[in-house]
Amino acid sequence: MAHEHHGPAYLAHHFDTPKQQFESAKLGMWLFLAQEILFFSGLFVAYGIFRSWYPESFSVGSHLLDWKMGAVNTVVLLFSSFTAAMAVRAAQIGEQKGVPEKDKLQLGGKVWTSRFLWITLICAGAFMVVKYFEYSHKIHVGTLPGQFFGHPGFDMSAPAGHHFYEEMATAGQLAYESGGEAVVPFHLRTFFGIYFVMTGLHGIHVLIGMGLCLWIIRKNARGDFSADYNTPVDIFALYWHLVDLVWIFLFPLLYLID
Amino acid sequence: MTAEVAPQPHSSAHDESEGYLTHERGLKSWLFTLDHKRIGLMYLGSVLAAFLLGGIMALLVRTELLFPGETLMEADTYNQVFTLHGAIMVFLFIIPSVPAALGNFFLPIMLGTKDVAFPKLNLGSFYIYVLGTIFTLIAIIVGHVDTGWTFYTPYSARADSSVIWMTMGVFILGFSSILTGVNFIATVHKMRAPGLHWKRLPLFIWGIYATSIIQVLATPVLAITLFLLTMEKTLTVGIFDPALGGDPVLFQHFFWFYSHPAVYIMILPGMAVVNEVIATFSQRKIFGYMFVAMSSISLALLGFLVWGHHMFTAGMSEYATMVFSALTFLVAIPSGVKVFNWVATLYQGSISFASPMLYSLGFLALFTIGGLTGLFLGILSVDIHLHDTYFVVAHFHYVMVGGTVFGFISGLHYWWPKMTGKMYNETLAKIAFWFVFIGFNVTFFSQFIMGSQGMPRRYYDYLDQFQPLHMASSGGAYILGVGFLIMLFMFIKSLMSGEKAPPNPWASAGYEWLTTTPVHPHNFAEPPVMTRGPYDYHLCTEEELWDGFPEDFEKQAEKA
Repeated sequence: MAHEHHGPAYLAHHFDTPKQQFESAKLGMWLFLAQEILFFSGLFVAYGIFRSWYPESFSVGSHLLDWKMGAVNTVVLLFSSFTAAMAVRAAQIGEQKGVPEKDKLQLGGKVWTSRFLWITLICAGAFMVVKYFEYSHKIHVGTLPGQFFGHPGFDMSAPAGHHFYEEMATAGQLAYESGGEAVVPFHLRTFFGIYFVMTGLHGIHVLIGMGLCLWIIRKNARGDFSADYNTPVDIFALYWHLVDLVWIFLFPLLYLID
Repeated sequence: MTAEVAPQPHSSAHDESEGYLTHERGLKSWLFTLDHKRIGLMYLGSVLAAFLLGGIMALLVRTELLFPGETLMEADTYNQVFTLHGAIMVFLFIIPSVPAALGNFFLPIMLGTKDVAFPKLNLGSFYIYVLGTIFTLIAIIVGHVDTGWTFYTPYSARADSSVIWMTMGVFILGFSSILTGVNFIATVHKMRAPGLHWKRLPLFIWGIYATSIIQVLATPVLAITLFLLTMEKTLTVGIFDPALGGDPVLFQHFFWFYSHPAVYIMILPGMAVVNEVIATFSQRKIFGYMFVAMSSISLALLGFLVWGHHMFTAGMSEYATMVFSALTFLVAIPSGVKVFNWVATLYQGSISFASPMLYSLGFLALFTIGGLTGLFLGILSVDIHLHDTYFVVAHFHYVMVGGTVFGFISGLHYWWPKMTGKMYNETLAKIAFWFVFIGFNVTFFSQFIMGSQGMPRRYYDYLDQFQPLHMASSGGAYILGVGFLIMLFMFIKSLMSGEKAPPNPWASAGYEWLTTTPVHPHNFAEPPVMTRGPYDYHLCTEEELWDGFPEDFEKQAEKA
C-alpha cells in the first residue's frame, strides 16, 4: 500500500515526530544499559563474596597484576569517553550553515564528529593492545584460573616454568609481609579466574564498542547526521560511557586493593 | 464525553480486503518483515512447535512412570527426557508464549500505534530466539544433558560438555527476551495513541509492561550465571566448584535470582490475558482497575525479593530463611487482589461461557489452587517435608500450566478471529476444554497427594505404594494430550475452512476490536484517538459492540 511521506527522511514510518523517535531510542538505550549493569552485577557479587572469603588470595593476586598497565588503560578509556562525548557535541552542533563565522561554535560538524570518533576508536584499540600484553604475560607465566594455575598456555601437560616460580616466590613473600605465612594462598587461582572473567567480558564489550564506533564513523562519513538527527552518535556514546564506567570499578577492585 | 472512538475504521470499506496477511506475499515478505503482527505469528508458530515437543517429552516421562522399574526407557534416558521437558517448556515455550507471540501482535494494536518502537530490533529478537533454539536443539541431538532445567552445580559443572550447548542456547534465548522487554517498555512509554493515558491502558498492556520490567532486570543475571557456568566448565574458574574453592549454593542464589522473577515473567502475561477475557465475556468494566494494574507492578517488584524460598533446605542461615519466608507470604497479597477483583468483575456481569471464557475461569480455579499451595511451600517447617517432592511439581504445574498455559490458550481462542480472520468450531473448542481441564486436574492433583506422602521429584523408580497414584497421573496426562490434539485439529480446521470472522465477534469494548479483520497492515486505517477506556461498555456505541459484519449493521440501522 502506497502511503505518503510524513516527515524528514530519517523519521521511521511508525513514529509521528522526530522528538518521539529520539526519546524512544534514548529510553530504549537506558533500559539496555540497566540490563548491562545487572549483567555485570553478577560478577561483582561473585567478586565481593570471594574477596571476603579469601582476602589474602585477593590481596596477593592484586599485587601480581601490573597496576601501571591498569592505570594507563584507565586514563586511555577515560579520555576516549571524553572524545565520545565531544563527538556527540560535534554532531549536535552540525554544519552551522548560514551562521556568521564569528558566531560559529568551535569543533562542531561532520569533520569534527569523525575526528573525535576516530580518536575514540584508537583509544579503544590502545586499551586492547595493553590488555593483550597483560593477558599474554599471564598465559605465558601460568597465573591462570582453576586447574590451569601453574600450567602455561592453558596446556595441562605443560609444567610450570621458572617464571611461574618467580611469581609464586613473590606471592609467598607478599603473603608473609601482610602478616600470614610465607606460602602461596590456594585461592590465588580463584582470583585469577575472576580476573580473567571480569576483564574478559569487559574486553568483549570494548571490542563490540569498537565495531559500533566504526559503523557510526561510516554513517557519519555518508552524511547521515545533522543538527536535527544524530541519535546513533548519542546512543553509541551512552554505551561507551558504560564500558568506561565498568572499567572504572574494575581497575581499583582488581589492581589497587591491599 | 462522547462514546465515539474516532475514527471508525469499520465504516470504510476501502482497506477491508487488504489485511496484513495478504498485502504482501511470498516467503521473503515474512522472513524479513518488520510488521509486529507477522513477527508475532512467527513466534506463535515457533512456541507452539516447542509446546508440542515439550508435550511429547512430558508424555514420555509419564509413560515411563506408569509402573515401578523400567517401563519404556533406561534411567539415563529418563534423566535426559525430563531435563528436556523442563528446559523446552520453560525457555522455548512459556517465557515467549504470551509476551512474544500474543504481546507482539496485540501490544501495538491496543496502544493504537503502527508498530513497536524498534521494529528491526523486534525482528532481531525473533532471530535471536531462533538461534537460541538451534543451540538447544544441538544440545539435544549431539548431547547428553541430564542436569534438570535448573543446571545445578556441582553436577552441571562436571557433566557432559553438551551442557555448554544448552546453557549457551538459554543464554541467547535470554537476550531475545531482554530485547523484547526493552522494546515493549519503550513502546508503552512513547507510542500510545492520543487520549490513551495510563489510566486507560488495557490491563493486558499493564501485565506485559510489568513482565517486560522483569525481563530487562532479571534475565541478565541468568545470562551471567550461565556464562559463569560455561566458564566453570571451560576455564575452571572455581566460582561454583567446591573442589576449587567455589560454592555451589552461590549458583543456586544466582540462578533463582533470575528464575524466581522468571516465574512472574510466566504468570503475569497469563493474568494479563485473563483480564481482557473476563471483562469481555462479562460485558463489564474490570472491578478495581487501578488495583489490578498496580498488583501486576507489585508482583513484578516482589518477585525480586523471594528467590531464597527455593533454597530453604540448601543451608542458608536461618535468619535469611525467615526473611525469605515472610517476603514470600507478601506475594499472596497482590495475587489475592487480582483473584478477588476478577470474581467481583463477574458478579452481576452478563456472563457467556464461550471457550476463551472457559479457559479464563479455569485459570481462576487452577491458579487459586496453585497459589495457595505455594503458601504451604513458603512455610519453613512444612517446606522441609515437601521440598523436592511431587508436591512442588504439582504446585508449579498448577501455576505454570493451570495459570500461564490456560491464560495463553484462552488468549489464543479469544484473539484467534482477529489474528487469522477465521472463526473456529465452538463445540470442538469446548470439548477440548473439558478434556484439558479434567486431564490436567487428574494429572496434577494426584501429584499433590503423592508429594505429601513423600514421593520425591525427578526419580526414575519408586515404591509400589505410589503406583496407583502414578498410574492416575499418567492417565490424566493422556487425557490432557487428547485435549490438546482436539484443539490442534480444531484450529487447523478453522484455518482451512473456518467461517470469515467479523471485526468484533465477542462484542468487546477492547481497543484491538475497533480495527478491521483481518487487521490493516498499519493496524488502523487512520490513527485512532481514544476517547474512552477499554472496558467502558457503558460508553460504547451500538456499532462498536456490534458482533456481526459492518454491512449487516448498516442494513439493520436502515431498517430501524
